[in-house]
Amino acid sequence: MASKTKEILLDPLFDNNPIAAQVLGICSALAVTTQMSASIVMAIALTVVTGFSGLSVSLIRNYIPANIRIIVQLTIIASLVIVTDQVLKAFVFDISKQLSVFVGLIITNCIVMGRAEAFAMQRKPIESFVDGIGNGFGYSFFLVLTGFIRELTGSGRIFGAQVLPLASEGGWYTPNGLMVLAPGAFFVIGLTIWALRTWKPQLKEEN
Amino acid sequence: MLRKLLDKQGKAFEKGGKFEKLYPLYEAIDTFLYTPGHTAKKPSFVRDAVDLKRLMFTVVIAMTPAILFGIYNAGLQANMAMREMGLAAIDNWQTAVIGMTGLGFDPDNFVACFAHGLAYYLPILIVTFAVGGFWEVLFAAVRKHEVNEGFFVTGMLIPMLVPATIPLWQVAIATSFGIVIGKEVFGGVGYNILNPALTARAFLFFAYPGQISGNSVWVAVDGFSSATPLAMAAEKGMGALTTAGSLLDNPLWYNSFVGFIPGSLGETSVVAALIGAFILIVTGVASWRIMISVVAGAFAMSSLFNVIGSDTNPMMAMPFTWHLVLGGFAFGTVFMATDPVTAPVSNTARVIYGFLIGVLVVLVRTVNPAYPEGMMLSILLMNVFAPLIDYYVVKAHKKKRMARYVG
Repeated sequence: MASKTKEILLDPLFDNNPIAAQVLGICSALAVTTQMSASIVMAIALTVVTGFSGLSVSLIRNYIPANIRIIVQLTIIASLVIVTDQVLKAFVFDISKQLSVFVGLIITNCIVMGRAEAFAMQRKPIESFVDGIGNGFGYSFFLVLTGFIRELTGSGRIFGAQVLPLASEGGWYTPNGLMVLAPGAFFVIGLTIWALRTWKPQLKEEN
Repeated sequence: MLRKLLDKQGKAFEKGGKFEKLYPLYEAIDTFLYTPGHTAKKPSFVRDAVDLKRLMFTVVIAMTPAILFGIYNAGLQANMAMREMGLAAIDNWQTAVIGMTGLGFDPDNFVACFAHGLAYYLPILIVTFAVGGFWEVLFAAVRKHEVNEGFFVTGMLIPMLVPATIPLWQVAIATSFGIVIGKEVFGGVGYNILNPALTARAFLFFAYPGQISGNSVWVAVDGFSSATPLAMAAEKGMGALTTAGSLLDNPLWYNSFVGFIPGSLGETSVVAALIGAFILIVTGVASWRIMISVVAGAFAMSSLFNVIGSDTNPMMAMPFTWHLVLGGFAFGTVFMATDPVTAPVSNTARVIYGFLIGVLVVLVRTVNPAYPEGMMLSILLMNVFAPLIDYYVVKAHKKKRMARYVG
C-alpha cells in the first residue's frame, strides 16, 4: 500500500478522529452503544456507507453542479443508507429493530456528509473510498469501545453473554444503572476524548 | 515546635527537592495549621482575617450538629429495629465491634446508639476522605496548584447524604465521580458548575438505585424494611403520617422536626440544620436570601397544590409544614443550596434561584411518583441555571440604569 493511502486510512483513526477531534456523529454514538452487538453492526453500517458514498461522490465529482451539490450528495447517501437498512433487516432483524431509526439517521450523520463534501469532492475515487473507510474506522473505534464499557459495567455482559455474575443472581457484580442511560455514554465518550487528547496533545483546540 | 518541624520537612518539597511532586500536600498541611506566610505583592489588597480556609472551616463547624445527630440517629434507628425484630446481634463487623466494647444495643442508651451509628459513619467518612484526597492531590500535583479546602467540605458532606447501609466501594466510586466529573473537569474549586457532593449522590442515585432508594436501605439492619416518611406519604397518603409516629411516643411531625426518622445520615434533623443555618448566617458565610426564598418557593408551590387537590395523588394534599420537615429539605436548603460556588452571586438572582429550588422540590415530590425526594435534583438543576440567572439580572439592572439616565 502506498504510504499516502495508508496515511489517509490511518489518520482518522487517532490523529484526526471524527469523534475525538471533530466531535461529529455524537448523537448515534450516544444512542446505540448500550450493547456491543448493536454498536458493531452500527459501526459496520456507517463505515460501509461512508466508504461507498465517498467513492460514488468522487466518481461524479466533476459533473456535479456546485450549487446543487448537497442535494446530489444526499441522494447518493440516502440510497446507500436504504440499501444498508434493507440488508440489516434481511439478515440481522433483531439488531436492526434495536437500532431502529438510527440506521436511517446515518443520512444526517455529520461524518458521512462531512467526508463527502470536504474530501470526496476534491479527490480521486480510490482515495475517497479509503478516506471514507478510515473515518468509518475512527467512528467504529469509539462506538465499539463505548459499547464495550457500557455493556460490561451497565449489565455485566459482553455480546449478551454474562461475564460478571450479577449480585441479584448470586454473583458479586452490582450493575451500574447510569451506564445503561444515555448520560453514561456522555461520560464514557467524554473521558475517552480526555484520555486521547492527553495522549496526543495536538488534538486540543486552540483557545 | 510544629512550625520548626514543618519548615524542616518543607525543604524536601521545594523545587528540586526529593518530594517535589508532593508539594501541594505539604502546602495544604502547612496552611491548614498556619496562616499563609506569603502576602499580596500588588493591589488589590484585602485586609481580612477570614480566608478561604477559615471560611470552609466555619461551614464544617455549622455542619457538626447535623453530623453528630445523624450518627446518633443512625444507631438509634438500627437499635430500635433490632429490638423490634428481637435480634441480639447482626452478623456484620459493625455489631461485632460494638459487642467487644460491651455497650450493647439498647435504644434507650444514648452512648450505645451513638457508638452503633459511629461504626457505620466512620468507615464512610474515611473512604470519602481517602478517595477524594487521592484525586485532589493527584490533580493538584499534575496541574501544579494548591490542594483546596473546598474538598474538606465536600468530604464532610458526602457521608451525610448517603444511608448508613451504603456499600463502601460505592462510596469510593461516587466520591471519585463527584470530585473528578463534578469539579476537576471544570478546573477545580471555584470553577465547578455543580455541587460536587450532590453530583456524587446523583451518581449513586442513578447508578445504584438499589442501595440508596427504596424501603430497606435506611435502617442499618438487614431485612428491616422502613420507608422514609416521604415515601410513606406518597404511597399511602397523608393519613399514614398522622397515624404512624408511635416512635418514642411522639407524634411523627415532632420526630421529623427533631430528626428521629429513617433517612440519609445527616439529613433527618431540622433542628440541627437550623443551628447550622444560624451559625452560617451570623458569620455571613451563607446567603440568608437563598434560604428564605427556598422556603418561600416551597410554600407557594405546596399551597398551590393543596388548593388544586387530587383524588389519586395523596402528595397533593401534603401541607407546607410537612414538606419542611421531611426528607433532605432543611439540610439541602441550609448546606447545599447556599454553596457559594454554585449559587448565583447577585442578590436578586439568589432570590430567584432559591425560590425556583423551593418550587421544584415540591413539584418533583408531588408530581413524579418515581422520586419521593426532589431536593437533590432541584438543586442540581438550578446549579446549572445559576450563571444564566445572574446574567439576566445584571442585564436587567443595566437596562434600568440606562433608562433612568436617558429619562
